[in-house]
This record gives sequence, structure tokens and C-alpha cells, in this order.
Amino acid sequence: MSDDIWVLGAAMTPFKRYKDKDVIDLGSEAAMAALDDGGVRMSDMQVMGCGNLEEAAGGVGQRIQKQIGQTGIPVYNVANACATGATAVRAAYLAIKAGEADMGIAIGVEKMGKQGLLGAAGKAKGTKKVYEPKGRYGAVRSPEGVLGTGLMPGVFSQAGMEYAAQHDGVGFEQFAKVAVKNHQHSTLNPLAQYQKAYTLEEVLGAEMIGYPNTVLMCCPTGDGAAAVILVSGEKLKTLDPEQRRRAVKISASVLTTDPWTATAQVQPDVNTLTRVAADKAYEAAGIGPEDLDLVELHDCFATAELIHYDNLRLCEPGGAGDFIDSGAPTRDGRIPVNVSGGLISKGHPIGATGVAGIFEITTHLRGEAGDRQVADAKVGMAHVIGLGSACGLHILERSAR
Amino acid sequence: MTDTTADTATKTIAMVDYLELGDEPHLVAQACTTCGALYFDRRNACASCEGRTFEPRALATTGKLRTFSIIHRSAPGLPSPYTSAVVDLDGGGSIKANLLGVDDDPAKITLNMAVRLVTFPVGTDDDGTTAIAFGFEPAEKK
Repeated sequence: MSDDIWVLGAAMTPFKRYKDKDVIDLGSEAAMAALDDGGVRMSDMQVMGCGNLEEAAGGVGQRIQKQIGQTGIPVYNVANACATGATAVRAAYLAIKAGEADMGIAIGVEKMGKQGLLGAAGKAKGTKKVYEPKGRYGAVRSPEGVLGTGLMPGVFSQAGMEYAAQHDGVGFEQFAKVAVKNHQHSTLNPLAQYQKAYTLEEVLGAEMIGYPNTVLMCCPTGDGAAAVILVSGEKLKTLDPEQRRRAVKISASVLTTDPWTATAQVQPDVNTLTRVAADKAYEAAGIGPEDLDLVELHDCFATAELIHYDNLRLCEPGGAGDFIDSGAPTRDGRIPVNVSGGLISKGHPIGATGVAGIFEITTHLRGEAGDRQVADAKVGMAHVIGLGSACGLHILERSAR
Repeated sequence: MTDTTADTATKTIAMVDYLELGDEPHLVAQACTTCGALYFDRRNACASCEGRTFEPRALATTGKLRTFSIIHRSAPGLPSPYTSAVVDLDGGGSIKANLLGVDDDPAKITLNMAVRLVTFPVGTDDDGTTAIAFGFEPAEKK
């Protein structure tokens, strides 16, 4: 126990679109709730990790400290695409692992509003149009839409269709079933941005964004925050029995980037780094996928969730289509996946997402998830991946009671 | 097609510098002289083997469709729908481009089908220079 690092407190704000709260309000709200949940104060923290993408140059961690407690501790403001929150958790985790701190806080927060397609903002009009090669590809104009697409829906649709090309039993309907499941799950989660169930026909028939993902198979933009308090095993021993009882062990904390692959030079490879992260995490935790009681994985699009069943070894190699068809990842199935509703329905305020996944797993392992509780959950995994790419993966285990 | 008899105002330019125009348009990769890894961008070193020298390598104009997505909601100002695709070229190299000649209809697209490179004009600038882009179409029309 003494070498392990534990989650002492965890909290998240509801994910939705907030009119009257900014990034600092949301981050502070989650941080204070996590401190209260862990029975500790800012003055107990010796390190802060703060994940936020869209105000990454804005000292978000310091601005939150100026609201909730300025004690002079180091803050690591991090931005790492959709793995930003998981990276913030690792900043606090590593400080404790290194012996510089025995308790720390990690916050993930984002305010996106209703901003539509990420990375699709228009450019200012120039006065004269002259074609001359620019940039690392010597392009005379933007390649988006002319030489394929680099925006998120297309990239993750192509990743799903590549899997469909390689394996039998995977198509539009299997991808759609992922979204049906996650929307259904979200009806039991009061923190989710959307809490509405849809039939398979409704998902298949919704507005097509990028085949095979309809709008009901894509995560929304939104606002929210989550925070966790981490503590060393040695420090935990000195805390109250109730704090120890609710603490959740971090059995593995892994961050990877994409290893070189020949095929990934023009289309991001979201698989290899996830598979490497999964293998490292299982080895560190000394468990296998068969030991997992629930998984929160990065379903930014329905196609992404399906391929991650295989990348995280939740199904037989090539068997992700059978896996969803069998109902295995539903809340009462063999390995429940995204019982929170996932990014598709719970929402995906980018910086918050990685921390929110750890909150969700922690809540189930404590037996405090209410109507959506996975019965007798002992071991869970939280996975995020951001394009560029970065993959964060945590395996959590409940304490022996 | 450029008419060589036209006046000198008819100019073309490849949309990206890895597209070689001429009688037989094709793609040119930068190949690592140590491990053979292929790249389309300006390189500082090889991300696979850390080699630091490269040589241009002409790639095949035929290949197989590795994956695709039919984009219905595109970035502002761009037409839709269009079909984005990744093609594995015969003999090596993978490239992303639009898939043409399939009416943006999933029923007309078969994964792993044979495709070939085609070029098309994608716009003309204020000096009268036309940019030429590339895409792929089914090698055998359905």
C-alpha cells in the first residue's frame, strides 16, 4: 500500500453549456467539491496539475488558486489535446511518485460553448489571391476538403471504416449500436449533458455528419470540470478510517504518444498508441482485461468506441462487431463500457474529460454511483486519446474492505 | 489539360509540392535513405530510424482503397458532400485525398477496391495561375 498512489477525493460539475460561469468558476467548483469529498483543504495540497486546452496560455491553475487558496505550491498547467485531463492527473501523480509531495490536486476544465466542428474556423480574407507553396507540404491552398479531410469526424470515421475493411461483421449498424447504448446509459446519469434514449432507427436516420457517423454518433461540444485529490499510500495511512475506506488505488497510470507506423503519415493512427498504453497498464496493474468490471473509454465518435474495444483487448482480436452485437458493453453486460453515457452523451469538455473518466470509475468502485452503479465493481479503466496523438490510461481498484 | 499552344498567361501549379504534374502526374515522396520510410512533408529527420538523409521517390498512380468517410458537414465555405479517402499505393506509400466518381454514395464504394490517381483544377488565383489537385477514382467504373 505504501508505494501506491490513491484517489482520495473526486468530483465533477454537470456537463452542459453554462451561460454565467467561466473556466475559473467551473474549475473552482470541481476543485472545492473534490477537496470536500476527500475531507482535505487546499492547505494540504503540495502540487496542482491543471488541464485546459482553449485557454492553455492563460495560467488557469493560478487563476483557480486565486479563487480557492493561494499557498504557493507548484502548478503544472498542461495541454495535451483530448488527453489533457489525464495528463493533469499524471502531473500530480508523478510529483507524489517522485516524493516531492504526499498529496496533490488535479483539475480538468473546459468551456467550449456551442462551437461546432473543431478546427474549422474560417480564415480572414486576403486582398489578393496568389498561389505560392507554403508550409511543410508546399501547399498553395488549404487541403481541407480537397485532399480529403483532417477534421475530427472524418478522421474517426475513417479509423472505423478501416477496421470494417479489415474485419467481418462491422458496419454502419454496429457503429450505431454503440451510440444507442451510450445514449441509453446517460438516462441514468444526472451529470450528463444529454439524458435521452434513442432507438437504432433514430440513430441511423439522424443527420449524417461524416459517414458512418450521424449526429447522434458524435460527441457534442460543451462546458464542465472535474477534479481529483491524489494521496501517497504513506500519507493515507495517517488519515481517518472513513477516508481510507473510500480511497481508490491507482494500479496503473500510463501516457503514450504514437510510435512511428508507415501508414500513419497521412491519417492519424489512433490504434497503436492505445494498444501500447493498454499493454503497459495491464502489466503495471498485474491484471488482464478479463478482470475489468467497467471501462470508460474515449468515444468521441461511435466508430472510435468500437475500435477501442479491440485496442483495449476487451474483445477477441477483430471481434468488436460481435462484441457490440452481443450486448457485452451494456451496463448489465460482461464488461460495461461508458455507463456514464460516454463522450457521446455525457459530453466532452476537452480538458475535463480525462479527469471525469477517473471520477466515474472512482464513484463506481466506491459503490456510490446511484442508479447507474455497476454491481460490485472492483476494478475499472479510464481511457482517453487526443489526436496528435496522446493516450492516457488509468486502472483503478477499490480498497480491500 | 494545359494547351501548350495557348498564350503564356496559361499557368498551372501543383496544389502541393509532392504532386508532380506533366504528362503522367504522380506523387513523389521523400524516402529515408537508411530505412526507406516515406514522407510527404519537409523533413528534419526520419521519425522511424532517425536517419537524416532523404531522396525523392516516384510513387505508383494505382492503389487500393484503405478507408473512407463521406463528409456531409464540412468546414465553413467548403462544398459538401465529398468523400475523403486513404489509399495504399501499389509498391508502397499511403496518401489521403478525395475519392471521385462514386457519387458520395456508400453503396458505390467497396473497401479495398482498386483505384487510380487523377488530377483536376481546383481554382485560379488573381495572376491567372490554376492550381492542380489530385484525387482517386475507381480503376473500374461500376
